[in-house]
Amino acid sequence: MAARIANATRKLPVHLVLIFVAVLWMVPTLGLLLTSLMPADIIGSEGWWNLVSEPSKAAFENYDKLFDNNELTTALWVTVQVAVGNTVILVIVAALAGYAFAWLEFPGRDILFVVVIALLVVPLQVALIPIFSLYNTTGLFDTALGLMLFHVAFGMPFAIFLLRNFFVGIPKDILESARIDGASEMRIFFKLVLPLGLPAIASLAIFQFLWTWNDLIVALTFGRDTQPITVAIFSQLRQFGTNIELIAPASFVSLAIPLIVFLAFQRYFVQGLLAGSVK
Amino acid sequence: MAGVSAAPTRATVPDPQGSGTGRWRRQAVTALFLGPALIFLCVWLVYPTIRTLIRSFFDRSGSDFVFVDNYREIFTNETLLTAIKNNAIWVGVVPALVTAIGLIFAVLTERVSWSVAFKTVVFMPMAISLFAAGVIWHIMYEKTPDKGALNASIGVVRDAFKDDGVLAAANPSTPALRGSAERGFVLATPVRPGASALLGLTAIPPKEVPGGARQAATPAAGSDAISGTVWRDFRPGGGQPGRVEPDELGVPGATVELRDTAGRTLASRTTAADGGFVFESVDAGSYRVALAAKTFAAPYEGTSWLGPKLITPAVMIAYIWVWAGFAMVVIAAGLSAISREVLEAARTDGATEWQVFRRVTVPLLAPVLSVVFITMLINVLKVFDIVLSVAPGSSQDDANVIALAMWRTSFGGVNDFGLGSAIAVFLFLLVIPVLALNVRRFRREV
Repeated sequence: MAARIANATRKLPVHLVLIFVAVLWMVPTLGLLLTSLMPADIIGSEGWWNLVSEPSKAAFENYDKLFDNNELTTALWVTVQVAVGNTVILVIVAALAGYAFAWLEFPGRDILFVVVIALLVVPLQVALIPIFSLYNTTGLFDTALGLMLFHVAFGMPFAIFLLRNFFVGIPKDILESARIDGASEMRIFFKLVLPLGLPAIASLAIFQFLWTWNDLIVALTFGRDTQPITVAIFSQLRQFGTNIELIAPASFVSLAIPLIVFLAFQRYFVQGLLAGSVK
Repeated sequence: MAGVSAAPTRATVPDPQGSGTGRWRRQAVTALFLGPALIFLCVWLVYPTIRTLIRSFFDRSGSDFVFVDNYREIFTNETLLTAIKNNAIWVGVVPALVTAIGLIFAVLTERVSWSVAFKTVVFMPMAISLFAAGVIWHIMYEKTPDKGALNASIGVVRDAFKDDGVLAAANPSTPALRGSAERGFVLATPVRPGASALLGLTAIPPKEVPGGARQAATPAAGSDAISGTVWRDFRPGGGQPGRVEPDELGVPGATVELRDTAGRTLASRTTAADGGFVFESVDAGSYRVALAAKTFAAPYEGTSWLGPKLITPAVMIAYIWVWAGFAMVVIAAGLSAISREVLEAARTDGATEWQVFRRVTVPLLAPVLSVVFITMLINVLKVFDIVLSVAPGSSQDDANVIALAMWRTSFGGVNDFGLGSAIAVFLFLLVIPVLALNVRRFRREV
């Protein structure tokens, strides 16, 4: 008992430091949340921390206004479409390729795989100008589909890398016996590989969803009226930043959804992260 | 049956180069699996990269070949040079700092039972867009301490150590007093013990007279003392400057200093409600009496985080806030792979915690630390969103980085695709060494 108390007091500084850091890390997000709850008449003149001592001042009127604002609700809908749509496409296309790299024999396979990995570091800035021109001539400019396809492509190298490495780990015997039983590659892929690869696919899907939900540069370049939420907030921000009563709740909504996804699927997210960097 | 012939695997079927149709089928299946991905990679990555490279040698309109003119422009244009300089600062500061913070957090959090909660909190900003993180910090950085949390905290700390002056500003009522509110005032003529020093001030609005001020008066003092008054040398309907008259108020709380003729401060007093002060038991000689500048110390008005001078550090703080969690989680995973026995052995050998950390933990973690560092290096080279959302339009030139400069040149109104392409290629060249490193690392695994 005495030893335990001694141990606890010895660790007290560590606890205090970590509590301090944790609070420090939460304050900015809390600040945004409280700012978004401030009524329009005090938002420009008072600090958000006043709401902590006077919670009665908090009001949801900013959120009411936000959801009445057509531009911003449309933007949210565009974000959902792009984030979900591109994730689905990416998962299917990358899983097919990952399977090919893991279990199909074809000439130049390993070299091709290295090339795919090399593409991992192409900065997307390199593609902006040619794709801008391409989209203009093909009519993909300012469409949700155009944004989706761009995200799929730039998620591809990491996705193939992640899934191929996971699929390689599937026991060979399982695939062998399926083949001997006469199953086609397509059947093996859909009935065996996809279900077995679910953990990796989940990591990938969460990653890609968050990445595209949070994207600004792609949407800013290839959209004009088709605006995801980040771009919509950005254009509000440009109007001298006086409309903080709109920016704050919109920003909070835009980060609440990825935050929920992250908290719900934290395990997969961290797995994907470790696969991408430590492996 | 057909499945078997179409599906040679690495182990059991040693690629029999079988019948013509079998091989054809096999290739068709491979194409089906690989084709869509390759189309995406070719159309959206390979083709644009080549196209951008070519485009970078042409002028703005795209019709004239200008060879390296665009590249020369990168290194002569002032805005772009600022961007390169800023990005160099980013590269020099942020990856190292993020890795160090991640390491510290990972090591500390291992020692507490609530490490999962701590990791979740610190990691949370990773789920938020860099853009939204920028908005968050934009609010934190508001200049007026009434609105900006950061400046409010600085103000609180500052007030604990430094008092605001009792007056905002004032002028001397007669030429006998020299100086300014910023530097403080000093009486022009030296004062000897037994004499009194009159420090008359004007230009103090009635509502700025400190609370509790009474009719000004000079305290009586012995022949070895210097006494005097600091007062508002003004009364409605006139009065005579330089004389303490009825209806003129003292200035309480002012700081008066006694100095020797060389200007060294010997003693200081705070004035009473009637503005009076006394320096007792002063040695014979001549002295100067001064009204210290801190009487007029202005209240804290806030640091201009979003102004041109501090904008880059301000954006970096926001960026580190986002990425520290990433570094921590990756390093913590590496840490958990280190065998407990090695650490315990070092401890039983009498190593202090610091020695264990420095000589055992860090060397064993070196591969993980370098992965985090390199990842951050790539990220920092491409930093974009957060600069755009933290920096207000007026400081964006000062906060500029390469990726942002590329975008602004190409799409932000200038619309120079030639120069924009050149900047993009330049950015690409910067990440190629990292690319080489990555390929080597991945190849080992293939």
